[in-house]
This record gives sequence, structure tokens and C-alpha cells, in this order.
Amino acid sequence: MSHVNKAKQIKEISGVNPLKCMKCGKCSASCPSYNEMDIKPHQFVSYVQNEDIESLVASKSLWKCLSCFACVERCPRDVKPGKLIDAARQLVVREKGQTYLSPDEVPELLDPETPQQLLVSAFRRYRR
Amino acid sequence: MKYSYYPGCTLKNKAKDLDAYARASALALGFELEEIEDWQCCGGVYPLGTDEIASKLSSVRALNEAKVKGQDLVTLCSACHHVIKRVNDDMKNVDDIRTRANNYMQLEEPYAGETEVLHFLEVLRDKVGFDKLKEKVVNPLKDKKIGAYYGCLLLRPGKVLGFDNPENPTIIEDFIRAIGATPVVYPYRNECCGGYISLKEKEMAKNMCDKIVDSAEGFGAEMLITACPLCMYNLNKSTEGKIPVVYFTELLAEALGVKEEVEI
Repeated sequence: MSHVNKAKQIKEISGVNPLKCMKCGKCSASCPSYNEMDIKPHQFVSYVQNEDIESLVASKSLWKCLSCFACVERCPRDVKPGKLIDAARQLVVREKGQTYLSPDEVPELLDPETPQQLLVSAFRRYRR
Repeated sequence: MKYSYYPGCTLKNKAKDLDAYARASALALGFELEEIEDWQCCGGVYPLGTDEIASKLSSVRALNEAKVKGQDLVTLCSACHHVIKRVNDDMKNVDDIRTRANNYMQLEEPYAGETEVLHFLEVLRDKVGFDKLKEKVVNPLKDKKIGAYYGCLLLRPGKVLGFDNPENPTIIEDFIRAIGATPVVYPYRNECCGGYISLKEKEMAKNMCDKIVDSAEGFGAEMLITACPLCMYNLNKSTEGKIPVVYFTELLAEALGVKEEVEI
């Protein structure tokens, strides 16, 4: 699929219009995963605007976002960067064989206190 | 007064205490949590994609069951609350999701967001009232300095959750006062614990929780309370037993004098 189509897909899945962004940087300032991200939340929005989707789907930021919605809450333009990140993540995990979490690796990640909620949530975010 | 009740997967397993103390406390306060039949897991995280329908249906089923009974739907786990509340908002306000979800469901009457979703804390605040709760307390938890840990899922996005001011919430502090203890307000109480990141990125979650626990301790909290099993799990990795992290329902049951009769 061409990068133009993929950019369109991200906008459709997220329901977000990245052109509303006014580059204030509040999303990145609010993000608790900022230091772990190679593409920061405010940059993520620009990448979608510029239709550079190849960089986004290869970004480790996809797996560092916590869905904490701090960026969504604080965006003064209602751009919702977290939804864009999720849409890019969806583009990856919806491809056959693409996943960030395999059932085989789960046993060694568990401890006696692991709540069911953790497994359910991680599977929902990391694979299809 | 009876409410429909959605416990969720973790409250049937690792967080049985969160559930059991809530049920006993509810009875002591004069209302009942009636578990909906055949509920299914909410999925733990809200499906953000506008084209994701199937993963929202378990919430729709629970919401519709409460509607048919004519009851409000009460939740306890922060994650279940977040997911069900947001799906309900979609069913009420997003035509495309409502239409497609109802096409799957084939209900006698289409579901369109009629059910009111209440977190247990909202029931205490808005239905029982913290003043009334205070009157029912037989064992006030005097001398306890407690930090409320809100996390993300109850608060954000504030426009949909409508739980409290997402940047400066007061509901759990008001709850702490109602059971006779002293709330400790600290800056990191609505910062993320790391959530599901702790499955694969354990160091990252630990660093985030260290900041929260340091912040709470620095402001004098001797205990943290939460409504979320995953927050508790993540925070416990950082406290290393230094300060206890407990479910708010356990303290509620203690204050109401029903804790001892609860079997877990």
C-alpha cells in the first residue's frame, strides 16, 4: 500500500485531523513516556501531516505509549496524538504475522501477582 | 436500591478483595450490587480505532442488560469503568459505531447509550452522599494519612469520563475524609503507573511508579489507595512494602465495621 493510502488510513482509524495541530508541544510535555520515545508525540502529528508513515510504523514509540490520555486531555486543539499513535500501531498489528507480544513469551513475563487485567490489556494493544 | 454490577475479570481472580469489600460495604450502606448475567471481559483497554466494533460489543451487552433491567450500571475496576463508559458514550453520540454495533447485536430494541454508568466512588458521592457515608462510619480511621492514587483511567479524557476535574480531582480525598482519615495531596496522584507497559518493559513501569511513590511519601502519605488492580500491582513493585497500597473498598469496609465478616 502506498504511503498516501496509509496516511489516509491512519486519519480514518483515528478519526483525527492532524492539520488542526498548532505545534504547542503540550502533548510531548505531558507524556510520561517522552524519554523512551524515538518519535515524540508532537513529532508524530507532523509525520502524519507529511505522510511519512514508513518512519511511524517502524518507530518504537508505538510500543512505549501507555494510553494514559494525558496528551488527549491537554491538547488545546483536540488533535488527540494518542489516537494517532494507536492508529499507527493498528496498521502494524493488523498485518499478518505482525505483533509485539507472542503467547510463547508470556509465561516468563508473569509473576504470582500478575493481574488478569495486565494480560488482557497488553494483548489488546500489542496484537490482533 | 439495586444496581446492575459489572465486576470484570480481575475481580474474579487476583482482586477478589476489591469486589468482596465493595459488596459488603454496599449492603451496609443500603444498596445492592446485582451482578449482570454472563458478562464478558471488557478487554482492559478501550479500543481507540473508530473502525473497531467487535471489541466494543462486550461492553454493549453489559450496558444493554442494565437497560433492560432499568438499572444504572456500577463498575469498580478503573479499567472496566473506563472502557464501558467510553463505549457508552460512543453508542450515545457516534452514529456509525451505534449503527454497526446494533447490526451485530440484533437486539429487540437498539441500544443507544440509555444506561447510566457509575463508578462505585460516584455512587458513594452522588447517590449515597459523603455526608451520609460519614454518618454510617462506626470505626473512623483516625490518624491515618492516606494518599489517593487516581491514575489515568478514571479521569481522562475528562469530557467523556465526567468523573471529576481531571487535573485536580477531589473525590477520593473527600472519600478519605468521610471515613475519618486524613488525605495527603501529592503532585503525582494522577500520573500514569505505566499500565500494561509493565508486562514487557518492567524497568520503565518501575521508574514511573518510583516517582509516584516518592512523591506520595515526600508529602507524608503513609498509605496509598486505589481502585485499579493494575495500578496496585505496578505500585507494589516500587513501594517494596514500605508503604501499603490498598483498595479503597477495604478501608470502606473497615470504617463501616463490616470488614471482619467478609470472606475472600
